[in-house]
Amino acid sequence: MFDALSLSALPPEDEALRPALRTLIAGAIADLPLHRRARSWQGFDAAFSRKLGQAGYLGLSLPKEYGGIGRGPFTRFVVVEELLSAGAPVAGHWIADRQSGPLILHYGTEEQRRFYLPRISRGEALFCIGMSEPGSGSDLASVRSRADLQKDGSWLLNGQKIWTTNAMHSDYMIALVRTSGTNEDRQSGLSQVIVDLTLPGITIRPIVDLTGDAHFAEVFFDDVRLTPDALIGEEGQGWRQVTAELAFERSGPERIYSSVVLIDAWVRHLDAAGRKDSATLRLVGTLTAQLAVLREMSLAVTARLVEGESPVVEASLMKDIGTGFEQAVPQLIGDDLASNPDEPVDAELYRTLLYVTHIAPSFSLRGGTREILRGIIARGLGLR
Amino acid sequence: MDMQELIAPFARIIEDICTPSAIRAVEAGGDAAPMWQAFDDSGFLDALVSEDLGGAGVSLADAAPLIVLLGHHAVPLPVGDTLIARALLTASGARAPAGPIAIATGAGATPFADVAAHTLLGSPQAPILASGDDPVNGGQALRPIGAVLRALLISGASARVMDMTVAYANARNQFGKPIGKQQAVQQQLAILAEQAVAARIAAAIGVRSGLPPHLADAAIAKHGASVAAAQVAAIAHAVHGAIGISEEYDLHLLTRRLHEWRLADGSEGYWAGLLGERRMAAAAVSTADYIRAG
Ligand SMILES: Cc1cc2nc3c(=O)[nH]c(=O)nc-3n(C[C@H](O)[C@H](O)[C@H](O)COP(=O)(O)OP(=O)(O)OC[C@H]3O[C@@H](n4cnc5c(N)ncnc54)[C@H](O)[C@@H]3O)c2cc1C
Repeated sequence: MFDALSLSALPPEDEALRPALRTLIAGAIADLPLHRRARSWQGFDAAFSRKLGQAGYLGLSLPKEYGGIGRGPFTRFVVVEELLSAGAPVAGHWIADRQSGPLILHYGTEEQRRFYLPRISRGEALFCIGMSEPGSGSDLASVRSRADLQKDGSWLLNGQKIWTTNAMHSDYMIALVRTSGTNEDRQSGLSQVIVDLTLPGITIRPIVDLTGDAHFAEVFFDDVRLTPDALIGEEGQGWRQVTAELAFERSGPERIYSSVVLIDAWVRHLDAAGRKDSATLRLVGTLTAQLAVLREMSLAVTARLVEGESPVVEASLMKDIGTGFEQAVPQLIGDDLASNPDEPVDAELYRTLLYVTHIAPSFSLRGGTREILRGIIARGLGLR
Repeated sequence: MDMQELIAPFARIIEDICTPSAIRAVEAGGDAAPMWQAFDDSGFLDALVSEDLGGAGVSLADAAPLIVLLGHHAVPLPVGDTLIARALLTASGARAPAGPIAIATGAGATPFADVAAHTLLGSPQAPILASGDDPVNGGQALRPIGAVLRALLISGASARVMDMTVAYANARNQFGKPIGKQQAVQQQLAILAEQAVAARIAAAIGVRSGLPPHLADAAIAKHGASVAAAQVAAIAHAVHGAIGISEEYDLHLLTRRLHEWRLADGSEGYWAGLLGERRMAAAAVSTADYIRAG
């Protein structure tokens, strides 16, 4: 089982992207303190996202005819690895580049492709994902937001989304909504629509999280009129589309690197403190060895995407084990630092440790919870 | 050489001669000679020996699936050890003896020592062959090789344990339905699957640099496989309930080896310490760059 996952090397032309990309990233993060760099996923910097777009690091898997770079998931792997490892702010372009772009390419009409994809590639069209609702988290098929088809072909949207990362900074949301039938119909009757977030009837309220940041939001739809071309893909096929989209969301290097800025800062701290006892070295080695294996696992799943597959189960497996590692990091590093109470710790390192510690529970929630992923793996094992 | 052509016949040999009852007989001190003879006759034991010295000249990475199969079937003889020992011995200009060779890499227990005719000591470049029953301290020079070998065996056994445990969960009924329909059991099996895949990927990292492996690759491989071995064995036994610890049931043929191989040639803690030391020597480099440099 899972034999399709095997070691796979990044193509040299993708590896070759690193030096120039690094220079660009270094400029963007030069003035960011450590605790801001540790926020990489949540770091919103539209100017930096546009700069990445101009330099050709966005729309990586979109064809050139739509303004993309015409490469693929391996290229994106390299770019994401460089961004997260440095702690660059990725929130602006992140979702459009990873999910919305490929989704529109796959399921969109020719007009939709020509309209959205070039702007995504330039870092000028920012997207958010409207899946969750107050009553629909793990049970996504229970969404209640509704888009009703009107006589003139437009859609009337009502309902509410929640936990929408970056809704307040985004231009568009791709929302999963009910377009036919009732809640009892579960997966059938759901569709994805592209919502222009400047339309009348939309209210966006940021939600402050426990670290004091406001990176996600509630979004309310009150008789929002969507033009006929808002529907993406086929009416009633939303569930199938969303499932495929989640394989993109779950498999990338972002599921192993969320805590890596903290690891690197801690290694520098140990080096400066000259601490070389065996317990310390073991912990350094443990985290290094685990990350090395996880990186190869993530790369192996990426290779499946390159082959054009939709590795839903493999991506779930990868995300569960990867986020488990990311969550262990602040716990272990916190224990290490506090087990040496007579060793001075830089205030900025301590602040970063606390930030990662407090936000870590989100790692195994965003993109699907641990229990739900394990259910998907169990199905892959033939147990359900 | 096309490995696919090699793997199928090798698997058939193992399935024929390493049946659970044959494994139990060898473990009970029975005559291992016929089983060994079958492996010797197969010609596979010289797979890693270079072609000009009469072998098949296969690389360690290419031979890895063969070693994984040994773990998968709980082969009770040091076939993988002998594959590697023969390659090292012949490359150093020595002659490889006929019987099973165990590889010793420390003062602790050496896997398969009881059933081996010889023990390999020394270093990859200057291997030394010891015979007889005296306890030996193999020293650390062959330890990375032992670690990668054990990681491959663990990965094979883990995959088999996963298959057995999933099949059992689908077959065993309690509360009127298969226990595999219980979400708590499914969640455990998902972790087992994650660890089995992690062990396989870790072992693959171990073989990518060839023979002898780079120290960091061996450390990553054995660390990942050893962590997985303990978890895979624990979950498999939990899901199997009492039947899993009975002598009569085959699960222990694999899980006992998982534990022995985890402890052989340095456990996860040993290799973590060694890797940590190397990592700290490159403290200025980012973790991502460090692991990428391989
Ligand atoms: C940082 C962050 C960013 C996010 N960004 C977005 C976004 O951009 N867009 C978006 O749409 N959503 C987003 N989400 C929402 C996320 O997808 C949901 O939090 C997630 O799907 C879980 O839903 P919930 O929070 O309602 O928890 P619930 O579904 O209420 O689950 C609570 C707990 O119960 C468990 N549980 C529930 N059902 C089962 C079951 N059947 N079996 C076993 N256990 C079960 C869950 O695993 C969990 O542990 C984000 C979340 C976070 C934390």
